[in-house]
Amino acid sequence: MEDALLIDRVQFAFTIMYHYLFPQLTMGLGLLIVVLKGLFLWKKDERYNQSARFWAKIFAINFAVGVVTGIPMEFQFGTNWARFSTFAGGVIGQTLAMEGVFAFFLESSFLGLFLFGEKKLGRSGHFLAAVMVFLGSWLSGYFIIATNAWMQHPLAYAAATDGSLHVSDYWGLLLNPWIGWQYTHNMIGAVVTAAFVMTSVGAFYLLSNRNVEYGKVFVRVGVGAGLIGSLLVAFPTGDGQVKNVATYQPVTFAGMEGLFESKEGAELMLIGQPDMEKLRMDNPLYVPQLLSFLTHYRWTAEVKGLQAFPKEQWPTNIPLLYYSYHIMVGLGTIFMAIMALAAFLLWKKKLYQARWALWILLLAFPFPYIANTAGWMTAELGRQPWLVYGLMRTLHGASPTVSAGNGLFTLLGFLGMYFVIGVLFLFLVVKRINQGPENAGSAH
Amino acid sequence: METLWFVLVSFMLTMYVVLDGFDLGAGIIHLYAAKTDVERRLILNAIGPVWDGNEVWILAAGGTLYFAFPLVYASSFSGFYLPLIMILWLLMSRGLSIEFRHQVDNPLWRNFWDVMFSLSSGLLVIFLGAALGNVIRGVPLSKDGYFFEPLWTTFTVVPESGILDWYTVIFGLVALFTLTVHGSSYVAMKTEGDVQTRSRFAAGKAWWGVMATTIAGITTTFALRPELLNNFTKHYWGLLFPLAALLGLSGVWYHFRKGQDTRMFLSSTLFILAMLGGTAFALYPNLLTSSTDPSASLTIHNTAAQPYGLGVGLSWWIVGMVLVSGYFIYVYRSFRGKVALPTEDAGY
Ligand code: HDD
Ligand code: HEM
Ligand code: HEM
Repeated sequence: MEDALLIDRVQFAFTIMYHYLFPQLTMGLGLLIVVLKGLFLWKKDERYNQSARFWAKIFAINFAVGVVTGIPMEFQFGTNWARFSTFAGGVIGQTLAMEGVFAFFLESSFLGLFLFGEKKLGRSGHFLAAVMVFLGSWLSGYFIIATNAWMQHPLAYAAATDGSLHVSDYWGLLLNPWIGWQYTHNMIGAVVTAAFVMTSVGAFYLLSNRNVEYGKVFVRVGVGAGLIGSLLVAFPTGDGQVKNVATYQPVTFAGMEGLFESKEGAELMLIGQPDMEKLRMDNPLYVPQLLSFLTHYRWTAEVKGLQAFPKEQWPTNIPLLYYSYHIMVGLGTIFMAIMALAAFLLWKKKLYQARWALWILLLAFPFPYIANTAGWMTAELGRQPWLVYGLMRTLHGASPTVSAGNGLFTLLGFLGMYFVIGVLFLFLVVKRINQGPENAGSAH
Repeated sequence: METLWFVLVSFMLTMYVVLDGFDLGAGIIHLYAAKTDVERRLILNAIGPVWDGNEVWILAAGGTLYFAFPLVYASSFSGFYLPLIMILWLLMSRGLSIEFRHQVDNPLWRNFWDVMFSLSSGLLVIFLGAALGNVIRGVPLSKDGYFFEPLWTTFTVVPESGILDWYTVIFGLVALFTLTVHGSSYVAMKTEGDVQTRSRFAAGKAWWGVMATTIAGITTTFALRPELLNNFTKHYWGLLFPLAALLGLSGVWYHFRKGQDTRMFLSSTLFILAMLGGTAFALYPNLLTSSTDPSASLTIHNTAAQPYGLGVGLSWWIVGMVLVSGYFIYVYRSFRGKVALPTEDAGY
């Protein structure tokens, strides 16, 4: 079943990475729309309300694609990972079912009201509907992260006689110490995406001299959220994640950092290529001792390298793990720089005229998507070869009866279908942006 | 406890069929009942604000099955691999059709999504019905609780069965006609004028189909699986299900003749509730019957999660359902009455 396993993995990785392109905007934009509606209630400036309407239209398109690409995720645990589901369903079935019952119902019920009920609900009612949609999406994130956190750091379970796991401590599952940083880090990552997208559309309007008033609103709100988000994503949340991984998954940590030998006063690798034949970094560019300091707050503390662990515990794809992690952190650093610069110009009242800076903001929007995807690849590749860390190997989790041929058929189907959906999505969003906020409808 | 979760999972699946059933039924008659763009927008506006919430019932039911009976979830989802993934593709196409159609004002674009909407709804219903047929007929479970079924083998009910054989196709048709009636009466209830007239007509015609296929389905079932009668002879109150189904079915006809759409819709709801309730009653305590070796069947006893998990599950499930009822009542009240076409580009 080796081939079937590979196909199951590729299909899961592809469909989840694709799915997550949409929820990250949903969750981030959900918050920013609440901010826009709040600014409207506070400043009584109709522009904020019209901006919220415009973004609600984009939100709706994005949400629709998020929903349709989410449905296959829920089912793939059963279709492709049957052994894993039998093994762990008694635990993670809980969080997945709660996501449906508490989050999806909330979100889907209130989105209809938010999109079509502005007139009926009145000002504060409509604000409340926006808050509910935001809450629903963030709850959804919580339950899915709780599921993933359990796979990274399993606890609160007991084994039955047939070997399957069952939840033994409900609050322990929901308050897994892994969740805190993972959830906050991930949600702020989503806010960063939405902030960059909003700023980018604003910069586009300013540069092309259309809808200038709205362009300014988008840039202002986007840069504000983007600056706060970019700072918080690194510290304290990114730092917290690093500490969790270093404590609970030290092999993963060594792989992420590209540290082969255990060392006192370990260096922080900035650039370099892991060489898996010679087991060292090629072309290294590093800051001496910084890694020890960042993980243990002591310049000379010992950090364990990959060599300190038996090979069969090493993450299966160390180079990709290393690159994913460094891409995320590198981009995170760049985001801080871009947003700090933009905020500075905004404060000096020069941003709206600084075309070079607006160009940067316009072109930056794809990078948070890349950073978020790279972050998940770090988490998921780092967990390998385990499916449930320390308890079940990925190898033992796939469905026993689904053959490689059947798997390939559906994988190809997903590839084709998602390609078409992607093209349609881009077409519709570009169309809305071209129509502009003035034409985004009024209260109805 | 296991029995309770059997009932709750069946309840959630039934809610899915009742609620998303009318969205699907509306999709089936879409091309016939609505001819112009304005008429089609009427139908889409009748389901637009609620379809996603309705669809969540199947996701929530799947999740509940997952934690209450993990092995059943794993075995059935991997065993029905191909049809399930196709159901996913159809669900995706249906959702996209509803959400994308109104985004561009171009007749070609809209026609494309109209056809897509109708086609995916119809096929979905047939697949879902056939899936139910498979659960009733049984699947070739092996000792470790897994199986795999190809889409079809010889179209006959043999041990090497496929998802589609003559028996499960009957169930696909039962579902098709039943949900056509259900969706037509919903659309008739929410609209006026030509759309209403055509939907009523469709409901009346499809009613005959429901009659014919249901009779065929029931007689073949008891011929193939006489043991499904056991629960009825053991517990006479189970006969309430067929009685209620009969009442629902005649109610549909009666109110159809009188032109009472809401009552026709309620009768059709009763019919669906009673049919699915009766099926669950007959299958109990089996969740997935083995067609080859009765001792390999997956029952609530050999697959349920541990009591602790089922217990905490019950507490949050009840809280969740109270909230969900709140949202649904609020949303359906907000959009009650006949649909009107909003001006501008709002709505569908
Ligand atoms: C805009 C996106 C973004 C940015 C700029 C960053 N991250 Fe991140 N990171 C994520 C988005 C993300 C994520 C997508 O949200 C992940 C994937 C899994 C998770 O929990 O969050 C993640 C995971 C993740 C992990 C892996 C956790 C695990 O193995 O489970 C670590 C150690 C960090 N992050 C650390 C950082 C640090 C030190 C950053 C410094 C700037 C950083 N991230 C920037
Ligand atoms: C958007 C976020 C996510 C991304 C981008 C992502 C990415 C990936 C990738 C790249 C793999 C393949 C790893 C490999 O085969 O080497 C994978 C596997 C997997 N992930 Fe995730 N993941 C995400 C979230 C989740 C969540 C929330 C869960 C659980 C609830 C999860 C469960 C799994 C499972 C079951 C596998 C398959 C087994 C495996 O290969 O490890 N993932 N994911
Ligand atoms: C294996 C993992 C995942 C599964 C099983 C899953 C499942 C789903 C499903 C079924 C939906 C549609 C809900 C509806 O019909 O309303 C959905 C949407 C959504 N998912 Fe996921 N998902 C996964 C990964 C993620 C991750 C990693 C996140 C974020 C942290 C996330 C956040 C959301 C959000 C916010 C939505 C709302 C709609 C939207 O995407 O715009 N999901 N997901």
